[in-house]
Amino acid sequence: MQTDATTSATDKIRCDACPVMCYIKPGAAGACDRYANHDGQLVRVDPHIVLERTKSHGGRLVPFQAGGDWDGKIVHEPDVFVTAIGAGTTYPDYKPAPFIVSSQIDGVDMVTVVTEGIFSYCGVKVKIDTDRYLGPETATVRVQGEAVGHVTTSEYGSQMLSLGGVHHLTGGSKKEGRVTCDALMDLSNCKPVELVIDGGASVVVQAGYPPIVNGVAEERMRVGCGSATIGMFAKQWHGKVDEVVVVDDHITGVLSEHQAGKLLDVADTGIKMKGRRSTPGRYFQVAEPGTGWGGTKISDPLTVLGPFDPKVARPGMTMLMVSTTGEHAAYYELDAALKPIEKTLPADLKLSVERIQENCEPALCTVLFMGGAGGSLRAGVTDNPVRLTRSVKDALTRVTSGGAPVYVWPGGGITFMVDVTRLPAGAFGYVPTPALVAPIEFTLRLSDYAALGGHMDHVRPLASLKANPETRQMAPPPSGSRL
Amino acid sequence: MKRQPQIGWLSDGRRLHLQDGPIDLIVEAHGSEANLRGAYHAAVRRFTGLLDELCDELPALREAADPAQCLLQGPVARRMHTAVAPFAADHFITPMAAVAGSVAEEILGAMVGEASLDRAYVNNGGDIALHLGGGEQFSVGLIDRPDQFGLLRTMIIGASDPSRGIATSGRHGRSFSLGIADAVTVLARTASQADAAATIIANAVDLPGHPAIVRCPAEELQPDSDLGARLVTRDVGHLEGFEIVAALEAGSDKARALLTWGLIDGAALHLQGETRVVALKGFGASGRHAAVPQQIESAICA
Repeated sequence: MQTDATTSATDKIRCDACPVMCYIKPGAAGACDRYANHDGQLVRVDPHIVLERTKSHGGRLVPFQAGGDWDGKIVHEPDVFVTAIGAGTTYPDYKPAPFIVSSQIDGVDMVTVVTEGIFSYCGVKVKIDTDRYLGPETATVRVQGEAVGHVTTSEYGSQMLSLGGVHHLTGGSKKEGRVTCDALMDLSNCKPVELVIDGGASVVVQAGYPPIVNGVAEERMRVGCGSATIGMFAKQWHGKVDEVVVVDDHITGVLSEHQAGKLLDVADTGIKMKGRRSTPGRYFQVAEPGTGWGGTKISDPLTVLGPFDPKVARPGMTMLMVSTTGEHAAYYELDAALKPIEKTLPADLKLSVERIQENCEPALCTVLFMGGAGGSLRAGVTDNPVRLTRSVKDALTRVTSGGAPVYVWPGGGITFMVDVTRLPAGAFGYVPTPALVAPIEFTLRLSDYAALGGHMDHVRPLASLKANPETRQMAPPPSGSRL
Repeated sequence: MKRQPQIGWLSDGRRLHLQDGPIDLIVEAHGSEANLRGAYHAAVRRFTGLLDELCDELPALREAADPAQCLLQGPVARRMHTAVAPFAADHFITPMAAVAGSVAEEILGAMVGEASLDRAYVNNGGDIALHLGGGEQFSVGLIDRPDQFGLLRTMIIGASDPSRGIATSGRHGRSFSLGIADAVTVLARTASQADAAATIIANAVDLPGHPAIVRCPAEELQPDSDLGARLVTRDVGHLEGFEIVAALEAGSDKARALLTWGLIDGAALHLQGETRVVALKGFGASGRHAAVPQQIESAICA
């Protein structure tokens, strides 16, 4: 669980969880021992019960539960949600899940069955926001030379990878299984992992961070190619400027020639583009790729233009040049010799540049953990495992992973996906099988739990966990990455 | 948006748990039902916003205390200063050395001021403020290692005894120690005085320059520690018997001086299984015995 924290110039962070405002060094905890700095992020390191429901400070008072005739006004306790992290488990799960906890939620006697599931059928789906070529579809993805997965489909502005799965975990060599398990665990715990794609790129993937492709960090997803940008913003430019060039290393767009400009009756300007014309208003290879304007290597956008056609162009004509991310923009007027002279960008055009920027989302890697709750795990929850499956499908039982919401796939079994950045730090572990250990919680009404054959004799009230010696301090995971 | 402390009952339903930032209090009172209600409400009222009050003056509270004058404003801050001032001429000490005891005292004061109670305590992480009505008593368990179960000994504090404050300091606690004591437990007139004195005595249990003692500048561990670059104890390796005796003697000398000056009523010093007691009246001695965790939680029971 993270709260806001400001990063100071050094590696320590300032905790703003309470007015003490501790400076906390990496790997250390604040004065309260409740918040710690894990790799520059403020994390909560409470005992077992790690997630408090984040509620607005409406000051809702939880009724005093110890009986008697108290008016209930003095107790103010945040709702707690017991997570499975650190619950501990055995494999196969023939005995009741370590903690079967009852707690009062909104007056309904709820039960949260907490266990750590061992998933040998599991993997991660990785989405990498980049337009760079990472490798051919179905190419093998490797870590330390071992095959851990493959390249799958390209989606809008991003490339998907599918990693792990039972064949890499247990179907290959011992080393392949171990390396795959380590890679999955690190990716799931939001640590960086370097992936090398056969016939393609090397990419460092870390959930919630920009991908680093062949050593270069991706910054923003462009709003679209230069041509697409013309299409999106033509109406906003119409009447405010005579010509717009969107510089892009893939397809550079020119408003007056582009179909979008034609539809708006934008007049010809006599502009002459360098590069190879694809279709009207769309140019390939106006410049070499690089880190300048729109992914090209240019720093002066006028270098992609030839001289204006004197038969069409006239002095005083205006032109906006902008990159596909809006990071670069310049405004020109043609002088008497039809030479573009840079002028101050008018306010209404500046707005359109900012609009482009606003529409360029930060490029990220996202990692979804995907696993299936096997029969033995389910047996830890109930003596009739299939009833748990049905209960989940009937939406009587809510499934969460480390308190984070999951998507449960339709069809047989309980196969779920969860965004790993929504789990508390260090939520995933492993066993030497090799397999990943991931938290999974099933929350349902106590009466429903009894009905599906729950281990009623092992149900414990939430209060008993708080003071229980079995409650473990969730130590911050060791820092440092495998890179 | 006002920050609310966390308020709840421990699992026994008898003890109130108040938490805000680094402050954790366990509060229990005995008296009539109406008085209990009044007292607990008073505790909650006083606790709400107390941390903010302290933080308003945090930079000054982290400065070495001036033995001659106090420029602090808040009642808790001023109590902290008063508690450390007697030591400030001869030692580096900041008001923070008495923060836990001072907060405990403040909350207990609010409770006793509101309602008539037979007896009550506010336990702030081992630094405890006591209220004892006529004929009442508390038995107090001593622990040398907060990370281990087991009571070292117990003692009885009765209404006729002068002590209303208990505090324990040592290298295993949440705050740093300049010394090597596992624990120094002090009885004093008030919790804030006990807190400050325990810090001073625990710092004095030391073997300067000993190779088995690992020390580290406090600010390397906590950048805003009031101890700055002073070396705090991180680990204590094997010590020979005579070395343990020497370290405990150094601490006992300090404790005897404080006893003579009337700053404490007694102290028990623990280091690697050895104990020294400095007191006018006996810390009721008894051997180590196992205790159940519920008792450890507050280290004080009726």
